[in-house]
Amino acid sequence: MTVAVKIPVTLRSATEGESRVLVEGATVAEVLDALFERFGELRDRISDEGGSLRRFVNVFVGAEDIRFLEGLETPVADGSELTILPAVAGG
Amino acid sequence: MAAEKLKCKECGSEYPLEALYVCERCFGPLEVAYNHSRLGERSALRRRIQAGREDIWRYADFLPLAGPPPGSGNRAIPLAGLPVGWTPLVRADRLGQALGLRNVYVKNDAANPTHSFKDRVVAVASARARELGFATLACASTGNLGNAVAAQAAAIGLPSYVFVPADLEEQKILATGVYGTNLVEVRGNYDDVNRLCTELSSEHDDWAFVNINMRPYYAEGSKTLAFEIAEQLDWELPDRIVAPIASGSLFTKIARGFEEWLDIGLLEGRLPVMNGAQATGCSPVATAFEAGADFCQPVKPNTIAKSLAIGNPADGPYALDLARRTDGAIDAVSDDEIRDGIVLLAQTTGIFTETAGGVTTAVLKKLAERGDIDPDERVVLVITGDGLKTLDAVRGSFAQRQIDPTLDSFEAAAAHEPLIVQALA
Repeated sequence: MTVAVKIPVTLRSATEGESRVLVEGATVAEVLDALFERFGELRDRISDEGGSLRRFVNVFVGAEDIRFLEGLETPVADGSELTILPAVAGG
Repeated sequence: MAAEKLKCKECGSEYPLEALYVCERCFGPLEVAYNHSRLGERSALRRRIQAGREDIWRYADFLPLAGPPPGSGNRAIPLAGLPVGWTPLVRADRLGQALGLRNVYVKNDAANPTHSFKDRVVAVASARARELGFATLACASTGNLGNAVAAQAAAIGLPSYVFVPADLEEQKILATGVYGTNLVEVRGNYDDVNRLCTELSSEHDDWAFVNINMRPYYAEGSKTLAFEIAEQLDWELPDRIVAPIASGSLFTKIARGFEEWLDIGLLEGRLPVMNGAQATGCSPVATAFEAGADFCQPVKPNTIAKSLAIGNPADGPYALDLARRTDGAIDAVSDDEIRDGIVLLAQTTGIFTETAGGVTTAVLKKLAERGDIDPDERVVLVITGDGLKTLDAVRGSFAQRQIDPTLDSFEAAAAHEPLIVQALA
């Protein structure tokens, strides 16, 4: 399953400036792991010691927040898009 | 300038005072940090504030500009823009009487240029944006912010982009478009709009999104509500604040304003009890409060209080913490209670508020009925927006009849039923 991950500007210093990265995985967790394999610094920035996402990180599959789906276990289809965004905007 | 740096609320990492809002290390929110050690002696500071302009810039020492306020010698921002703030604090004895309370005040922030508290935050964000050299303003809005950004942009002569959910109240759409902004209606709810704008702000880094990349400065504007309340109470703190919660920014920044003044000795006493108000149809913070959780589960909003319809509140964790450490609470009320709240406030104070104010008033009523409030407590109800923005909420809430232009017709109608219906004795 190839998934495109959109990287917010805040994290691009950890992805060599890339804003969109293609990785393999069947769930959100697998996609993120594959991403962390490639860009090790990202792991610390967006996940905590227990492997959960930090509390101000939002992840979307397509347009939907994964907290409305199955969280990190949300399945991802081939060709889908995963977006990582800061949670602190708006209001 | 007293503002020194941006600081992450989660991990404490420090950043320069630029258009940044997220900590690169932990994704936590950034907040403006000040050094107030050079403000001078307390009574002189009070006098300086009292001699200041009758708008939010009388509190310039506590706001994050590098230079003086807009329009007063700040060469980076020569145009003053709309004058905002210094809204009335009204004693609401008849409202108090209806609720069994003796010391109720209404902070009527509908009395701002675009009729909501959002003028405060936009004034600060747009001034700082101009200092940083931005030439375009933008925002993700549930309506009130769009009004404020569009109007302020017109006043200072900058182009603007306002992104709103497509199902917004017509009044808010019209009162935004008229200012000549680029109004973009997004097919989705506010959280969808916010996600889109967060992505857009990554791609358009020459735009000042007031509530995204300018959010640390924007949020500071809400502190001025606390400063005004304290000054209007003759430099005393209220015992309790009842304020609405959407993202939680206003709620937490009101407390921050009081805390800053307590820290430097401009005020004495303790932080007011902080009560937050949400609509049941969008109550992620109230739900987390009740569950004892320290983080909010996002929800899909379904309420008439569209200005509070944020299902994924950015400052939710901080609002929860604040309510708990001040012995306050966060409550939610139904759409019917919201409509009743609008009517109660209108018929006891003469202040017509939008649905968000109905939420706040209904929560005050709920707290009073639950016995949470001592009758002698000094309570301030924060009314954030004008009723003309959400007219549908009061449609059908009163009797109307027509008569012919004759005395007989009037007398006949008056005999049929009293023409004036007084909801409260």
